[in-house]
Amino acid sequence: MDLLQAIVAHYNHWIIIFLMVSGLYIVVARGNMIKKLVGLGLFQTSVYLLYLSPGKILGGTPPIISAQFSVYSNPLPHVLILTAIVVGVATLALGLALVVRINEAFGTIEEDEIFAGEEDE
Amino acid sequence: MKLDVIFRVAAKIFIPFMLVFALYVQFHGDFGPGGGFQAGVVAAAMVIFYAIIFGLDAAQKIFPPRIIELMVPAGVAIFAGVGVASLFLGNDYLDYSPLMHDPVHGQHIGILLVEIGVLVTVAGTMVAIFYSFIGRGR
Amino acid sequence: MISANLPALQVVLPLLGAVVCAFLQRGVYAWGVALIVTATMPFVAAGLLIQVMDGGPISYALGGWAPPVGIEYRVDVVNAFLLLLVSLIGAIIMPYAKASVEKEIPADRQAWFYAIYLLCLCGLLGMAITGDAFNVFVFMEVSSLAAYALIAMGRDRRALLAAYQYLIMGTIGATFYVIGVGLLYSMTGTLNMADMASRLGGIESSRAVLAAMAFLTVGISLKLALFPLHVWLPNAYAYAPSIATVFLAATATKVAVYLLLRYFFTVLGTVFAQQSLPIAEIVMLLSLAAMFGASIVAVFQENVKRMLAYSSVAQIGYITLGIALVNQSGLTGGIVHLFNHALMKGALFMAIGAVFYQIGSVRLADLAGIGKRMPITMGAFALAGLSIIGVPGTVGFISKWYLVLGALEHGWWWLAFLIVASSLISVVYIGRLVEVIWFKPVSAAAKRAKEPPLSMLLPTLLLVAATLYFGFDTSATAGIAAMAADWLLVGAR
Repeated sequence: MDLLQAIVAHYNHWIIIFLMVSGLYIVVARGNMIKKLVGLGLFQTSVYLLYLSPGKILGGTPPIISAQFSVYSNPLPHVLILTAIVVGVATLALGLALVVRINEAFGTIEEDEIFAGEEDE
Repeated sequence: MKLDVIFRVAAKIFIPFMLVFALYVQFHGDFGPGGGFQAGVVAAAMVIFYAIIFGLDAAQKIFPPRIIELMVPAGVAIFAGVGVASLFLGNDYLDYSPLMHDPVHGQHIGILLVEIGVLVTVAGTMVAIFYSFIGRGR
Repeated sequence: MISANLPALQVVLPLLGAVVCAFLQRGVYAWGVALIVTATMPFVAAGLLIQVMDGGPISYALGGWAPPVGIEYRVDVVNAFLLLLVSLIGAIIMPYAKASVEKEIPADRQAWFYAIYLLCLCGLLGMAITGDAFNVFVFMEVSSLAAYALIAMGRDRRALLAAYQYLIMGTIGATFYVIGVGLLYSMTGTLNMADMASRLGGIESSRAVLAAMAFLTVGISLKLALFPLHVWLPNAYAYAPSIATVFLAATATKVAVYLLLRYFFTVLGTVFAQQSLPIAEIVMLLSLAAMFGASIVAVFQENVKRMLAYSSVAQIGYITLGIALVNQSGLTGGIVHLFNHALMKGALFMAIGAVFYQIGSVRLADLAGIGKRMPITMGAFALAGLSIIGVPGTVGFISKWYLVLGALEHGWWWLAFLIVASSLISVVYIGRLVEVIWFKPVSAAAKRAKEPPLSMLLPTLLLVAATLYFGFDTSATAGIAAMAADWLLVGAR
């Protein structure tokens, strides 16, 4: 029963781990370059949650100082993750731009087909 | 092209409000939720919305790609320039306090300028990404 | 005013330079700006190193926010040395870059190329200088995104694939790094590296901290291309424009190695010393695998840039081996090899870049007999090659000497033997190159070759001269490296 409670109490971690592993799995297992980027996005999103979920303090208010409140949520993870999201967007944009150009150069975005074509050279 | 009258009229009504909202988010960022990132994205969304409704050529006539491309470094230049200005005024890099006589006022002006830099870069980057993807293969 | 603000200038100048380059839109002007900016960087870095050697670590509060809360730039002997290395390489490449870039990059993209180059430099310097764990991630991504773009500018269409592959692997690495930092942050409540180290006291063996260490090690190892995680590197180096290859090979992996040092010895020093995870042993095994595996693969390459890229993987193995030895001589060897490998790999890739400039190919078959057409460039190439092998009188010998000393201090004769044995494999691939270049009949492609312009030749010769000079006079490099090793080991106790 204690074990069950421990599992339920850390439900945020289970969600994070699930997203992390499924994202990484997609990156490794899929040959389609767009799908790989989707997996990468999922993987990065899990990290956003990893930062954000401990930042919420139960009973805490938004961190704007007021005489009425004494418990505030931690604002720092939000700032960090805003930065990480921007980095993620930049990575995704660059990745998609590369995929577009790969499609123009090779005529496909399936890794297997590209590598099969490259072996002749 | 004739059936999209509703879109065109709706767009003409929406677009000014989108820009106003972007500026609201930008300047209200000092006192509440908001700031350069969000405002930049809203402003870029306005351009993208216009391009979707009226076509890329019409959008590029109003917001030429050349200007958009220059907006990206321009915003960074504003940001880094504020930092260098505070260096020359004898403080640490990006310490805004000496920009005005009163440190609090200096911090206010400093962050405002930096956020404008962020707005310019983010809006420029978003539109540049949109242009380069949509203009591909035409 | 200038001397107090050197830490900020070190990062801001390349950033401003990149902005100006992006405004200019003309390749030649952008090159001029990049030349001026990169030429000032070594002076800034040298100023920092002198300040640090005189007065101990420098702390610079960015934006005037005091350290544990605000972002701190912290310079000590270790990263001052690294800053000097990266700035020097960045500066030496620039005169070389003009001719090479004009040949390899389309005219309308040259200004962007220099802007991205400076951004990459800014990111690498930022990674080295900052004392804030999350700030490292931001600079890491600045430099990595710039590096992906630089690689994708290669003329071969496979450059795109290489850049894509690097993007996927690099992002996974960076994300692993952020996971590690996130776990440490939730355990300590701080992002400042020094503060983090002091707050880890008492919770060194908690599972979250150990998990953080594992994530950080894997993430950084991806960035520095430790053996099984190196698959992005050979293609990226082989198909990138020559300038990008020289720059990335000489600097990018080195900064990642510095990060590993910083985490193992400063931030997680107490955790590392406790040895509840056998990280040093694992890193040592992987380093040995790199030294042998990658060297053997290098022997069978037909593309010279690829061969040198595999050789880089092997050489990184020597550096990480030095880290894994965890004693004064071993660490000195590792750190001095950081510097030395940057010199010799820079020289090798520059010489090969000059060949590509002249004949448009780096296939081994096309290089046959080219030594007779480009004797100076290829002579430089051969000398730098000797340094890779570790012949006495070159810098390669100095690093291996310290590594062997480090192994013997542990009483590990077998390891000293393995270090020497792995050098013998590099004799095979360097020997194969030298044989083809000098002793084969001149190939059709090599007939067209002649010496490259002076602007390309002089930087190459300068680097080769440095590999010889620092092979004799080790007081500067090995001296500073020994100081850095002492500094790091104090943190580990």
